[in-house]
Amino acid sequence: MHPASSLIYFTVASGFGFGFLFFLGLGMPALTGANAFWSYFIGYFLAVSGLMSSVLHLGNKVNAVKAMSQWRSSWLSREGVFAILTLVTFAPVAITQIWDGPNFSLVGYLGSFLAIITIYCTAMIYGQLKTVPRWNQHITPFLFLAFGITGGAIIAQQDQIAAIGLPVLLILQIGHWVIGDRSWSSGLDTAESATGLGGSTGTVRLLERPHTGKNYLTTEMVHLVGRKHSDRLRGLVVLGLLLCVLGSIFIAPISLLVWLLPLVFAALISRWLFFAEAEHVVGLYYGRAK
Amino acid sequence: MTTLPNSTDKKLGLVIDLDTCVGCHACVISCKEWNTSNYGAPLSDADAYGEDPSGTFLNRVHTFEVMRPGKPAEVTHFPKSCLHCEDAPCVTVCPTGASYKREEDGIVLVDEADCMGCGLCAWSCPYGAREMDLSAGVMKKCTLCIDRIYNENIPEEDRVPSCVRTCPAGARHFGDLGDPTSDVSLLVEARGGFDLMPDQGTRPVNKYLPPRQKIEASDAPVEAIAADAKGFFAWVDKALSSF
Repeated sequence: MHPASSLIYFTVASGFGFGFLFFLGLGMPALTGANAFWSYFIGYFLAVSGLMSSVLHLGNKVNAVKAMSQWRSSWLSREGVFAILTLVTFAPVAITQIWDGPNFSLVGYLGSFLAIITIYCTAMIYGQLKTVPRWNQHITPFLFLAFGITGGAIIAQQDQIAAIGLPVLLILQIGHWVIGDRSWSSGLDTAESATGLGGSTGTVRLLERPHTGKNYLTTEMVHLVGRKHSDRLRGLVVLGLLLCVLGSIFIAPISLLVWLLPLVFAALISRWLFFAEAEHVVGLYYGRAK
Repeated sequence: MTTLPNSTDKKLGLVIDLDTCVGCHACVISCKEWNTSNYGAPLSDADAYGEDPSGTFLNRVHTFEVMRPGKPAEVTHFPKSCLHCEDAPCVTVCPTGASYKREEDGIVLVDEADCMGCGLCAWSCPYGAREMDLSAGVMKKCTLCIDRIYNENIPEEDRVPSCVRTCPAGARHFGDLGDPTSDVSLLVEARGGFDLMPDQGTRPVNKYLPPRQKIEASDAPVEAIAADAKGFFAWVDKALSSF
């Protein structure tokens, strides 16, 4: 799949933003005054700029407001609905904390709950797609949640939670790769089932593409760039996460923010790979081998 | 509404005969011509006369080769467009309600006035049946020529999808696949019509008819067909052999 930078920023930034808001809603840490203002500012900025970035990806942006309407069936619509609900729910919490000091009402807890649901919905936009075997695995939503919550914990300087979250994130990340690597070749769809040709003994290969040039499908879904370096890039993700794990263990909590940089670095590369390594079954019609 | 109807009154769709298709791409061109000038935004092209042309099409013809051990390759031309699935994932993923499946005839359509061009429906389609028009920024797909099949302003024989009307080989058939007595249903029954990628669980309405069994080819040397000549040729044979 085409690794669009707007979608990479969207999923990483809004994940961290909602992850941070999750901790603020729980009163971890308990803030007031300017500290509360800047914390909520960062949380809102990450979440909202991520959502704005996803709008950049749209072909027909004027209709973006209609995306809230189909929550009954569409994960993308649910993501929009829960994102707005979360941001609206946190507004009174933020205002009371900034002016009146720590005030952890049930509304804050509700906001934290909604923030988690929002990250889950973001992941399910991709995790639901049977057409992309690498994404269509149970770990996908947990990987997104682990990135969001761990990132949020680091920004919120919750060192103990970060110390638990980072190894969990590393394990989920490696698990997602291992299962994902098998998903393409073990998937039931083949060039034979895609075309219905070949019977029991024949193998099907593409003789001629339907067109000599590129088209929307080939640039969007039969995308091959960058897989060459995927091993090295995976190594960089693991290195970044390991640095964070070590940092969370050995460095004093106040310095936890130092480890945000390798985490952001790992998250961006991981998310780039998430798109670039994913293969779409339509590739079977364009000569992609199993 | 992007929830799918429980059932549709009709299941209009295409039956494509892979035995008959000659791969001329006439259906591709007639589809483009009809649909660029009728329902919805035109099907744009980019760099059409330049070095790197690309464009939006609702129907494309691939060509596959089936290889069997010890047998000559079999070439099959393979037209592909929207299959108007009964369990269409492209409809349920749509966040704006632009994608829908019609209850009366099962046609899957995009209401371009609602489409925001996110492309998720194209990602959810295993068949590559949807293409975003990069000029208009909205999703395009086969409408089963909804503006022809019910159009009382055109002669009755033209009230079929453009691709069906234009196919010179008669490889494309249009009808109600929900009616077991319709011509298309009988054809599917007689020829063993099948679904594409059944494991995706989309339950396509469109069916494909398999290529018929080819005459068994042999790689043995050709045998002489006139080993014992008669009359004039016998005299020529005898005369030439005497040198």
